[in-house]
Amino acid sequence: MALLEILAGAFALFAMSRVFLRAKERKISIAETAFWVLVWVGMLVILLVPEASSFIAKPLGIGRGLDLAFSAGLVVLFYLLFRLYVKVDAMERDITSLVRQEALRGMKK
Amino acid sequence: MPDWKRCCIVIPAYNEESSVAAVVKGLRTAGFSRVLVVDDGSRDRTAESAERAGAAVLRHSLNRGLGGALATGIQAALRTNAEYIITCDADGQHAVEDVERVAGALASGEADAVIGSRLLRPGGMPLIRRAGNMGLNVITFALFGIWVTDSQSGLRGFTRSAAEKLRIESNRMEVSSEIIHEIRRNRLRFKEVPIRAIYTDYSLAHGQSHLNAANILLKLMLKKLLR
Repeated sequence: MALLEILAGAFALFAMSRVFLRAKERKISIAETAFWVLVWVGMLVILLVPEASSFIAKPLGIGRGLDLAFSAGLVVLFYLLFRLYVKVDAMERDITSLVRQEALRGMKK
Repeated sequence: MPDWKRCCIVIPAYNEESSVAAVVKGLRTAGFSRVLVVDDGSRDRTAESAERAGAAVLRHSLNRGLGGALATGIQAALRTNAEYIITCDADGQHAVEDVERVAGALASGEADAVIGSRLLRPGGMPLIRRAGNMGLNVITFALFGIWVTDSQSGLRGFTRSAAEKLRIESNRMEVSSEIIHEIRRNRLRFKEVPIRAIYTDYSLAHGQSHLNAANILLKLMLKKLLR
């Protein structure tokens, strides 16, 4: 096993432990927990059985399992970025509306 | 001297302590007795300075940007019995006569929304600014379908009923284009009046950076996409 694989595997396990920790604290929902566990378990599977990824990649028309991992990773990243943007935007609006209410309360008629 | 008692001037200000007092005083001397400064979380003494000059001051406890401050000011003005609401920059780039011109256009009933355009009568505006402005005008037109010669102007006027219809959600500089969009969406009677841009070193240092256009474009496109 290459060093990279060991490191990546260790990281996946570490990331999964964080997921469980957050789930235990109820900071993330069951759906989110399931999603992240799936992501990291998927990574472990691909690390341990590289052929498994080709098995999924081939029918999709992607040559190698690694390519599939890259393209899927990109898609997921963009999706997360988008979600983050929407969330931050909503939060900015909420903050503005709070600050505004506070400012207007101080208004002399 | 005309009486502009029913006219409320809204001035969003962020760290403008050195210029805001002169702006407020100039307006008050010209007969605009109701000047409302929204101190957008300044770290200097903008609020004190404006208050001493005779303005009513509202304070944002955190800096929310031009859009946030404008919307607060307009809402506050609507809580009074103001018939006309005019927004104006705090950096001193707008001449009092031009504010009067905007107020006059509203009072004469020609329009519900008036924008003071620095480009109907060019000159005074540095070339690179004119180019950046032109770019944003084109973008505003492409996205919102309304052509204005100065979409980024800070001098605007609304009748009360027009101001009530405005829905301002942008927090930052993209608010200028958003207001144009709102004028279009509400089918407000719209007029541009030529104004002079007074560019001092100070107001140039405080304005938008040239690169900001790209940032505004991104925000506007996302807004269009998300809604």
